[in-house]
Amino acid sequence: MPGFVRYLLPLFAFLALAGLLYKGLSLDPKKIPSPLIDKPAPTFSLPQLYAPEKLLTQNDLKNQVSLLNVWATWCGACRQEHPVVMQLAKTGVPIYGLNYKDKRPDAKRWLKQYGNPYRANAFDEEGRVGINWGVYGAPETFVIDKQGIIRHKHIGPLTTEALNRDILPLIKLLQEADG
Amino acid sequence: MIPELGHYALILALCLAMVQAIFPMIGSLNNTPGWVNLARPAAWGQFVFLAIAFGALVQSFLVNDFSVLYVAQHGNTQLPLAFKVSAVWGAHEGSLLLWALILGGWTVAVSLFGRSLPDDMLARVLSVMGIISIGFLSFMLFTSNPFERLFPAALEGGELNPLLQDFGLVIHPPMLYMGYVGMSVAFSFALAALIGGKLDAAWARWSRPWTLVAWVFLTIGITLGSWWAYYELGWGGWWFWDPVENASFMPWLAGTALIHSLAVTEKRGAFRRWTVLLALLAFSLSLLGTFLVRSGVLTSVHAFATDPERGLFILAFLSFVIGGSLMIYAWRAPSIPRGGGFAMLSRESLLLSNNLILMVTLAFVLLGTLAPLLYDALGWGKISVGFPYFNTMFVMLMPILVLFMAAGPLTRWKQQDPTTLLRSLRIAFILSLVGGVLVALPMLSGSLSAGFAVALSLWLVITLIISARQRLQNKQGLASLVTDLASRGGRSYYGMWLAHLGVAVFIIGVTFVTQFDVEKDIRMSPGQDVTLGDFLFRFEGVESKPGPNYQSQFGTVRVFKDKQEIALLHPEKRTYQVQRNPMTEAGINAGFLRDIYVSLGEPLGKGEWSLRLYYKPFVRWIWLGGLLISLGGLLAASDPRYRMRLATKRHTSSVTDGPIGQGSQA
Repeated sequence: MPGFVRYLLPLFAFLALAGLLYKGLSLDPKKIPSPLIDKPAPTFSLPQLYAPEKLLTQNDLKNQVSLLNVWATWCGACRQEHPVVMQLAKTGVPIYGLNYKDKRPDAKRWLKQYGNPYRANAFDEEGRVGINWGVYGAPETFVIDKQGIIRHKHIGPLTTEALNRDILPLIKLLQEADG
Repeated sequence: MIPELGHYALILALCLAMVQAIFPMIGSLNNTPGWVNLARPAAWGQFVFLAIAFGALVQSFLVNDFSVLYVAQHGNTQLPLAFKVSAVWGAHEGSLLLWALILGGWTVAVSLFGRSLPDDMLARVLSVMGIISIGFLSFMLFTSNPFERLFPAALEGGELNPLLQDFGLVIHPPMLYMGYVGMSVAFSFALAALIGGKLDAAWARWSRPWTLVAWVFLTIGITLGSWWAYYELGWGGWWFWDPVENASFMPWLAGTALIHSLAVTEKRGAFRRWTVLLALLAFSLSLLGTFLVRSGVLTSVHAFATDPERGLFILAFLSFVIGGSLMIYAWRAPSIPRGGGFAMLSRESLLLSNNLILMVTLAFVLLGTLAPLLYDALGWGKISVGFPYFNTMFVMLMPILVLFMAAGPLTRWKQQDPTTLLRSLRIAFILSLVGGVLVALPMLSGSLSAGFAVALSLWLVITLIISARQRLQNKQGLASLVTDLASRGGRSYYGMWLAHLGVAVFIIGVTFVTQFDVEKDIRMSPGQDVTLGDFLFRFEGVESKPGPNYQSQFGTVRVFKDKQEIALLHPEKRTYQVQRNPMTEAGINAGFLRDIYVSLGEPLGKGEWSLRLYYKPFVRWIWLGGLLISLGGLLAASDPRYRMRLATKRHTSSVTDGPIGQGSQA
């Protein structure tokens, strides 16, 4: 290597880094599907929304293909996706709620007003469980298989389109699988 | 009116930054003293206008001027006074203003304390700092103006993130910024010296105190951040390897390498190219941190509101500053003369090993931080890099660093006779081995890691004692220590001594709290007792109490040991009025040897709560270590030899090329 090239190495290294950072600007880190995909659901143990003395844990989700829907009353998009969740619940898929950084009376009132699609709701007042699940913001929906392994994560409000394209076929597939 | 004045002052500051950047540099290159002399007044004027702008934003917060968008978003009438002021730097726009103000402050400091510098050198240093200031001021004015108005004005403001409504977070960002921005001084000195073609021992001597002070601020900032995370987040953790923490840790690692490398360049004239590259690197990493935090390319708990336009702006600026400086480096470095040679075993070679290990650590941290981005950009899928990667890396590399660190102060410059060194090290080796084995014995702790940590710490402490004895050998008692402290080079030595001692303390803290902490998540009803280790915790319930701008769920827990009450703790959950997010305030009984830490979990009805109880031995030693390291840095920076007028060096032409001073300590 000629002598002067040696002194250009730091510059080249920086240019490579700058190129990477430039590329990074056009990528959306929030689109990162959860690193939890194909991993067991993180353990949690939270009081239920309607029955604070009872705990909802990851074990309640097992032995069935279920959905975990992260929602909150303060979240407009949750209100927007709510009819879709209601519609999904009518197909018989068990949906569990993770009531995220919310207040209990508000949450109850909200469900009374708009309908309750959930088998049960875990009440995550501080959003600590949300952190373990890698929640960026409500709403988010996880599909969990019979072994309690997360198979899919949907960020943002559920739409009928997303339901028909991704979620319902996946649920069907997982339900047919052994376990 | 006040916000407009602030905005206007910001524009004037930008204009003056341009004057400061352009004219002195050109003047220094074609020998026009009139232009060179513009540097100082421009720097002072810039600082005055930045101070006016900053004052205007503070004033807008104090009078609750919700017609200013930034104030309306982050302030409200009920915010306590101290937090109204700290809200100024609580979010993106205002924190940039603080950044710019601090840069202005450092610039003025350089222009005042740098009187002994040759005029053209000082002009170039200030000019480079002016260029950096132009970047940040235009970034602020074009993409992130803190004085933007809101029409119609809001009746009540939003709220400062409750996490930031805490004393630790009032001072943590300014300290960190002092460190980040302070690194720009070493950067500017390096660049100015490269442009002037005078990378000599004098340059290293000028840079050293500035670099040390900036590095001390960075150390304090990081330590404070860690302490804050510990008591405020309620998880009992003190370091999370979050991208933003890494963004502050990387310049620290580069800065640590730099202060050691500068010592070699000053004493022996060696490592010049390497030192100058490190000076460029340390500030470049500060800028990279800014980009990572504010562009949204990585997700982090610290991330500011992001926007691709801002990201692009910082990236363009980053490329200009870093790319430009590395180009100048590539152009000038070949002509830098080699410094004094040294033997395989010498203080130089040990400091070189220190630099190598720090750089390897830095490379690992950088890789871990950027890996998610790299994978995504190359289409390899998405990954996240967590604790295990960083911890493994750190635990592998640090012991090697400590081995060299201990030997360094006992080793002579240029050449060290291995047998003499081994003789001094032998006692330290045996004693630390014995200490480590003792601690690792089953009846004491039974933990190999703890034994290893004790051995490493003892190794450091004993070699430090040997080195101090060697230094004070021909002198008597404490009086000689005092005179030594006043001598040239004395405080540099004792600063090193304290800082290295801090590392020994830190090692013990980290290892012991990791190895021996005990925690319990438990559901408790009022009046219930629970034991954890030697301690009995009695939960006395939770009551509702109002705070100035929040409602508190105020818990009471009494802690007993041997039936004696030793602590009354009040873990809290606060709900702030605007954002409604509950915040945890842990109840902590701090002690030199252990902390007892209680945080409230969830209410479970009927007065029952879930509680998190922790026993954390030696956790304070982590921050005590950081404190000692900072104090050591300050002591070293106060060494009288940095304040001496270098009369012979008033003109660059007379700067001698080569080592000055033959002291035996760095």
